[in-house]
Amino acid sequence: MTTPEAAPSTVAPRATVEARTRMSPRKRARISRGIQYGLLVVAVVVLAVSIDWGRVGDQIFNVEAAQDLFPKIPRAFLNTLMYTAAAFAVGLSLGTVLALMKLSSVGVYRWLATIYIEFFRGIPALLVVIAFAYAVPIALGVSISSLTLKAALALGMVSAAYIAETLRAGIEAVPRGQIEAARSLGMSHGRTLLTVVIPQAFRIVLPPMTNEIILLTKDTSLIYLMGLLPTQFDLTKIGRDALSSGSGGGLTGLFVAGIGYLCITIPLGLLARWLEKRTGKGSRS
Amino acid sequence: MTLIPPATTEGTAADAAPVVQVRDLHKSFGDNLVLRGIELDVTPGEVVCVIGPSGSGKSTLLRCVNQLESATSGNITVLGTEITDPDINIDAVRQHVGMVFQQFNLFTHQTVLENCTVAQRKVLGRSKAEATKVALHNLERVGLADRGSAHPTQLSGGQQQRVAIARALSMDPSIMLFDEPTSALDPELVGDVLSVMRDLAQQGMTMIVVTHEMAFAREVADRVVFMDGGVVVESGPPAQVIGDPQEPRTRAFLDRVLNPTHTDEGPAAA
Repeated sequence: MTTPEAAPSTVAPRATVEARTRMSPRKRARISRGIQYGLLVVAVVVLAVSIDWGRVGDQIFNVEAAQDLFPKIPRAFLNTLMYTAAAFAVGLSLGTVLALMKLSSVGVYRWLATIYIEFFRGIPALLVVIAFAYAVPIALGVSISSLTLKAALALGMVSAAYIAETLRAGIEAVPRGQIEAARSLGMSHGRTLLTVVIPQAFRIVLPPMTNEIILLTKDTSLIYLMGLLPTQFDLTKIGRDALSSGSGGGLTGLFVAGIGYLCITIPLGLLARWLEKRTGKGSRS
Repeated sequence: MTLIPPATTEGTAADAAPVVQVRDLHKSFGDNLVLRGIELDVTPGEVVCVIGPSGSGKSTLLRCVNQLESATSGNITVLGTEITDPDINIDAVRQHVGMVFQQFNLFTHQTVLENCTVAQRKVLGRSKAEATKVALHNLERVGLADRGSAHPTQLSGGQQQRVAIARALSMDPSIMLFDEPTSALDPELVGDVLSVMRDLAQQGMTMIVVTHEMAFAREVADRVVFMDGGVVVESGPPAQVIGDPQEPRTRAFLDRVLNPTHTDEGPAAA
């Protein structure tokens, strides 16, 4: 942080002892802290003054509009949860297969997994959702009737690419000595994987896997592109509809939708932290 | 050379067939030749201590004996099975060969008791009750019967290593392999682990111990094998190999180990 007070101190090394004693490190730290608090206060005041609270209350935090929207929320909330869960089921299954392929001793499997992962990690989920809605029916002549299945496949296929990498890293992070100990006790390769490697890898991948689910939760907002019936609306769709319907309240719908997502993602984060703590008792030294 | 004829063993202790027989063992990691023709026989109940400078290949030899490393060439027969044959089921041999590692390698996601029962149940098919009984008996042997519910990280290094010994013993092994079991321990914790191993030796367990503890080797070993540069330089009773080494390389090694630092190891080499 550049401050008028700090300026003399930058030349201090070349200055005399007297120059250094004039501004002790403790005093400098106190001034620096004071300036940081000062900046914060200024920023808050500037924002508070420049915001048109009347319009914000009307257009973003409109209580009446939020109340009108309320009956639709539980359904949308559950739909979002369901799309997320279904997509994660696909992502985890496919991701596990891909991770094992990447760890396979057969080169072809490793290459196929790498190509898949690089492809789906590199293109926007939006494109995959559109492809599932339009390109797959055209190309294969089949159209998947269940929206949940379509959404789960599209988002799950993208998510699988990330999950595969996470799982592979988790499996590889299990120390070699753990595997040797299990094998030296007479456990087979498969038995070692099930009894020692996977339980330990699970603990390692828990935090990044939580990230995956949170990202997936937010990506479910893309499935409106597949065309939704009112009973299939998710949180984002409710918010967008409220915005475009012109029923007043402006952006309030989007604000409410945002709160809805937080109601999913924050408990998820807490759950992950609790799980981590619970399994962390035996963590590595 | 392949199967063990019960009568005609070429080892020194000729009263029993060797349980471990190593013939012309070579092992290389890439261009690095680590073992260059090892010959070793271990008879039932024998305690063999393998000593030598780091990089001499002694740990690699031990790891070859239960196929954690595969031999580049040569033969190893363990309990009558030639384990260098790629078609044998190595898991069936390993369950009779206990291994204790330098870094303990306790399963970090399990309690002490689970560590000692998991392989009994999954490999030997013992019931939970039976496995627990065996595990508690062995934890008692190492003086840790009261720590069954602890997690490995809650134990000191010395305690962890004793649990690792109990875990291996719970499989009722015929042979125990120790790979520098006290090298990762704080000095004050070494004694407890060595005394467990000493008891084990007195109870007649067949043991191969890779170690730097010369006092232990001198006291407990039936035979000491000195390795250097991937070959067995000298082998014989401890009084001979440690007490009166014939080879210059052995003498130089013992001189380095016994004199300048480890003055608390007991009486220096005569």
